[in-house]
Amino acid sequence: MKKVYKDATAALDGLLFDGMLIAAGGFGLCGIPELLIDGIKDAGTKNLTVASNNAGVDGFGLGILLQTRQIKKMISSYVGENAEFMRQYLAGELEIEFNPQGTLAERMRAGGAGIPGFYTRTGVGTVIAEGKELKEFDGKVYVLERGLVADLAIVKAWKADPSGNLVFRKAARNFNPPAAMCGKVCVVEVEEIVPLGSLDPDHIHLPGVYVHRLIQGKHEKRIEQRTTRKRAS
Amino acid sequence: MPWTREQMAARAAKDLQDGWYVNLGIGIPTLVSNYIPEGISVTLQSENGMLGMGPFPFEGEEDPDLINAGKQTITELPQTSFFDSATSFAMIRGGKIAMAILGAMEVSEEGDLANWMIPGKLVKGMGGAMDLVAGVGRVVVVMDHTNKAGESKVLKKCTLPLTGKGVVNKIITNLGVMEVVKGGLKLVELADGVGEAEFRAATEATLVG
Repeated sequence: MKKVYKDATAALDGLLFDGMLIAAGGFGLCGIPELLIDGIKDAGTKNLTVASNNAGVDGFGLGILLQTRQIKKMISSYVGENAEFMRQYLAGELEIEFNPQGTLAERMRAGGAGIPGFYTRTGVGTVIAEGKELKEFDGKVYVLERGLVADLAIVKAWKADPSGNLVFRKAARNFNPPAAMCGKVCVVEVEEIVPLGSLDPDHIHLPGVYVHRLIQGKHEKRIEQRTTRKRAS
Repeated sequence: MPWTREQMAARAAKDLQDGWYVNLGIGIPTLVSNYIPEGISVTLQSENGMLGMGPFPFEGEEDPDLINAGKQTITELPQTSFFDSATSFAMIRGGKIAMAILGAMEVSEEGDLANWMIPGKLVKGMGGAMDLVAGVGRVVVVMDHTNKAGESKVLKKCTLPLTGKGVVNKIITNLGVMEVVKGGLKLVELADGVGEAEFRAATEATLVG
């Protein structure tokens, strides 16, 4: 089966439908699937629920799909960098389900690993645990959180081979592997597709079993907070 | 004189022990990395998926793939490792991170922490704070003792939505240091030049011992 497609539009063809749940990799603007987000914008799919740690910034990342009003609901841990997000949220046009960051990551991992729910200490005694089952283990109270399975996962990696084996780069790995795992279908964009056999099998970060479609393209990789130190002169 | 932000960070750094893995929150806690005592080796965790966080890069050497949990460009160290977000929070939830040093809006005498949400105002989200306070070995809060209106942030009960219940071990403010103990907070240290009467007047929580 051929996994490599020529561009985002081709790779997303037949996978998108209104009202679907999409899991997206990335942390802030680091390691986000820029090309596939543009592809979803071009496709015009509506009423999306998007599970992603953040919601991009105005005009970049998932901020693009907020501007085009294609997103109905976000499942995120932190959305503070996006004025358009706040405007739509305060106007009641956009829903937000806050998940603690580790709970969101584990929901994706668990969903992809065939685990429908797990107990965690995170959020016990807070609004996050309200309405959820609590259970005591060894004298401590835990809250039941559900595994998350998405209709589609959109993921950014550094390199892939044509069989879909992925290698990520530095802190751009973040939510990409768990997002990939939880997708019924997973489309991945990379900076470079390398020949089969050129990746060391011991150094694969995510095996190709999780990857269904693959594209290569040029990434802007915008920096959100450029912080530097002075050179000693 | 109450402590400055730098003095609060330096005080927090004194509690670090050799070999610890530590997570520093945004704001004053980030400054703690400038005061790690000589001879103490501490590895900083960044919850977006990195152990062994180095300093900010030199201008022109920023890497968009290399950021910390505050989305700032940073650098790696010889001992650095990278991993995914699920693995990152597995080590947090699993108790492998010895200490988290975090900012706060309010802390209660029972160790409750509120630092993520003010109802009716801008809601940004809790990020990784709820996981950190639920999972790490010790939670140290570093914050101003009072808010801009001069009201105590060290309370009998938190008024804001909680980040965690009964999770704080120690509070370091510009006025001094408190441990969370049975029955309330124990004053263990006053900032230089701050009197106990001044400290008590600024503290709503029950002080014991």
